[in-house]
Amino acid sequence: MYEHDVIVVGAGGAGLRAAIAADEEGADVALVTKLHPVRSHTGAAEGGINAALREGDSWDLHAYDTMKGSDYLADAPAVDTFAKSAPEEVIQIEHWGMPFSREDDGRVSQRPFGGMSFPRTTYAGAETGHHLLHTMYEQAVKRGIEVYDEWYVTNLAVTDHENPEDRECHGCVAYDIKSGEIHGFRANNGVILATGGLGQAFDHTTNAVANTGDGCAMAYRAGAPMEDMEMIQFHPTTLPSTGVLISEGVRGEGGILYNEDEERFMFEYGYANNDGELASRDVVSRAELTEVNEGRGIEDEYVDLDMRHLGEERILDRLENILHLAEDFEGVDGLDEPMPVKPGQHYAMGGVECDENGETCISGLYAAGETACVSLHGANRLGGNALPELLVFGARAGWHAAGKEMKTAEIGTGPSAKSEDGAVEPPVEPGAIDASSEDVVADGAAVEPTAVIENAVENERERVETLLEADGINHANVRADVQQTMTQNVNVFREEESVKTALRDLREARKEYENVAVSDPSRTYNTDLIHTIETRNILDVAEAITLGALAREEFRGAHWRAEHQERKDDEWIKHTMLAWSDGTPELYYKPVNLEGDEETYEPKERSY
Amino acid sequence: MSTQIEQQESETEEQTEEQTVESPGERRRAQKREREAERQAQRETEEATLDDEETVLLKVFRYDPEVEGKQEPRFDDFRVPFHKGMTVLDALIYARDEYDSSLTFRHSCRQAVCGSDALFVNGSQMLGCKTQLADLESPVRIEPLPHQEVVKDLVVDMEHFYDQMHAVEPYFDADETPEDSLEEQRQSRENREKVKMSTRCIWCGACMSSCNIAAGDNEYLGPAAINKAYRFAMDEREGADRKQERLRIIEQEHGVWRCQTQFSCTEVCPKDIPLTEHIQELKREAVKNNLKFW
Repeated sequence: MYEHDVIVVGAGGAGLRAAIAADEEGADVALVTKLHPVRSHTGAAEGGINAALREGDSWDLHAYDTMKGSDYLADAPAVDTFAKSAPEEVIQIEHWGMPFSREDDGRVSQRPFGGMSFPRTTYAGAETGHHLLHTMYEQAVKRGIEVYDEWYVTNLAVTDHENPEDRECHGCVAYDIKSGEIHGFRANNGVILATGGLGQAFDHTTNAVANTGDGCAMAYRAGAPMEDMEMIQFHPTTLPSTGVLISEGVRGEGGILYNEDEERFMFEYGYANNDGELASRDVVSRAELTEVNEGRGIEDEYVDLDMRHLGEERILDRLENILHLAEDFEGVDGLDEPMPVKPGQHYAMGGVECDENGETCISGLYAAGETACVSLHGANRLGGNALPELLVFGARAGWHAAGKEMKTAEIGTGPSAKSEDGAVEPPVEPGAIDASSEDVVADGAAVEPTAVIENAVENERERVETLLEADGINHANVRADVQQTMTQNVNVFREEESVKTALRDLREARKEYENVAVSDPSRTYNTDLIHTIETRNILDVAEAITLGALAREEFRGAHWRAEHQERKDDEWIKHTMLAWSDGTPELYYKPVNLEGDEETYEPKERSY
Repeated sequence: MSTQIEQQESETEEQTEEQTVESPGERRRAQKREREAERQAQRETEEATLDDEETVLLKVFRYDPEVEGKQEPRFDDFRVPFHKGMTVLDALIYARDEYDSSLTFRHSCRQAVCGSDALFVNGSQMLGCKTQLADLESPVRIEPLPHQEVVKDLVVDMEHFYDQMHAVEPYFDADETPEDSLEEQRQSRENREKVKMSTRCIWCGACMSSCNIAAGDNEYLGPAAINKAYRFAMDEREGADRKQERLRIIEQEHGVWRCQTQFSCTEVCPKDIPLTEHIQELKREAVKNNLKFW
């Protein structure tokens, strides 16, 4: 058994920032990641990092934009903490050597981004995430932080108290991909989940193949509730054939969207009369699909994003990476012709419920970055807000887990924060088919840390042995079925019937999953086994997304429902919560906190 | 397909001999082989229905230190359906998901930024995800990166590469930083431009694998690590003292002077980093620096 004060699962931006923060506080911290840190998907972020740095801008403007962008589903303590801390975090990484794009006076450049009232998006070309990830990994190397790379954390070691709020997380179980060995990891102070996104629940996504919602699924099954899972961001500019992201920076610099009739539809059809292409992402994605559905799409599939008028010099200076992506993955020369784009799954606003200090309702269990739902982004995340989020809340989780004295969180977590029970009628039973070891927390009434971890290790050994020894079908078909039904039925436009169809399909996929087995018998680098375990996680998060989508009968932010075309503030300013309850998902609601430090945020009509 | 068929036949024979063995591991492996044979038959049927003109033939390196039949390296043939825009990675994923789930390779972002899938394709180092099949001679021969230990199939051990990267102290470490936590450490546009290409490295290891010198001298820092040193040595924000230390590191016995400017690293770099030029420039910096102290 390995032992550290703080274990960080995942070594992308949030994980690295959390580890550095824990190290700053003097804790013995280790990163456990299924990839090597520099392979993490933070590296694919392109556009930038928002922070109020300049005269004329201020944290409360950034907070206001974020709250408006969230369509009033974000919690004010999260938003305020975020906007106040972002400037210091951004300058911190600048001091760590981040190669930001610069102004003539040597200061960090900022550009306009969607939904922002001030050009406050700092950037490093159109490859901001790559530079952020590498800068932070370098700082982790400098500090000698221990990294277990290519170790896949498959489960958490949590006590089995009836009420999740009484449970304690003592560590996790990890599978060494190179050797095939399974080991327990004891965390004396805490486990921080920073496993990134869950885009692999969809088949047209900007997310990496590794973004399988592992952290969410593990926390969910251990008893930490999932929050606002229906809130999925579809990015308006992804390449049609692969889902590769074309940065919002293109529109930030002045790129224009055209339909088949070469109309600038954002204005011509009144989708966003003020901000046009720079409206919030949910607005632009819906506009594009409406154009396609009304017959004005190109090849009935996509629209054009044109940046030629920006000129070669400016494009090469600020957006060079976009030229490479368009060329390599769509065969289009962005200097010479418009780039085809369509909406693609990009980001999960929801995730593991936690507070401003990253803590979940389970003592010793934290979440940060895309895995977490503080909630900062509410029903829609603004472009350029993900990277500062992982800095601000990654750091806070790291500090708190390491024992730093911090202000008591205002955001409530766990069943005690419940305001009302939920009622949703899925067409089929959701949840685990036959609650097995991975569906329930450690049994045996163990509370002593070593026993809890050993129990969890034993469960995982059994699970892996079963998968290796059984004869069955390949998980890849199950995964493909999930991805197809999610993209088809739980996309930008959602209808009750299609959401129900998705739930039926997911149930079928769960049944199929009962029959999966790993055909590669090897203990060495068995990716067949890893992917099979991931597919289970994908199933759990896909179902949570779909249940949330069925429950929320209104139109708010990224969540559009055919039968409910209005934002219903009287009824729906509340978070959709899902508790796993040992295999039987239970829906309930928790109020949104709009009481900010300076003001109470009043829900206003959201127009751009 | 030929190599694969032969392999299957020999494995079936071995399995008969092993039937008396009681160990659960052996039994498991024997069962696996049986299922494998069934899948192989199914795969052949599937492949037989594919039209030659719409397919691509892959010859993929296979090796697994613990699985019988894979302990001796071999090449397996996979015939996969071809579509416009298909990359080497797409073809590998198809072969794995449809034909043989034990086919092992690293990949994640599929957009040339995570650096996981550097491979040796038709005799040259390249990223699988950004290489179009249409640009390659058929059949497409896919091997793990040369000069690195093979873990399994197309997966190589990257530890040595990471060690070399870490050896150049690859982190920003300025002599002084502003005391005010909100004050930027300014950098001129020219200086940012100067280091820009060097900051694009994605640690894929293609350059190191292509380098003859690195192949012959295991301690040679290699192009990626020297480029990393360049990225910091040329960054005006670090200061003169740190630069001295950085030049000392790259000037060591297994540092920049080993480079014989063959440009193989520069040719294979998927991010178009002028690696050889950076190494040459560091040599000049080192000479200038030594003259200064002389």
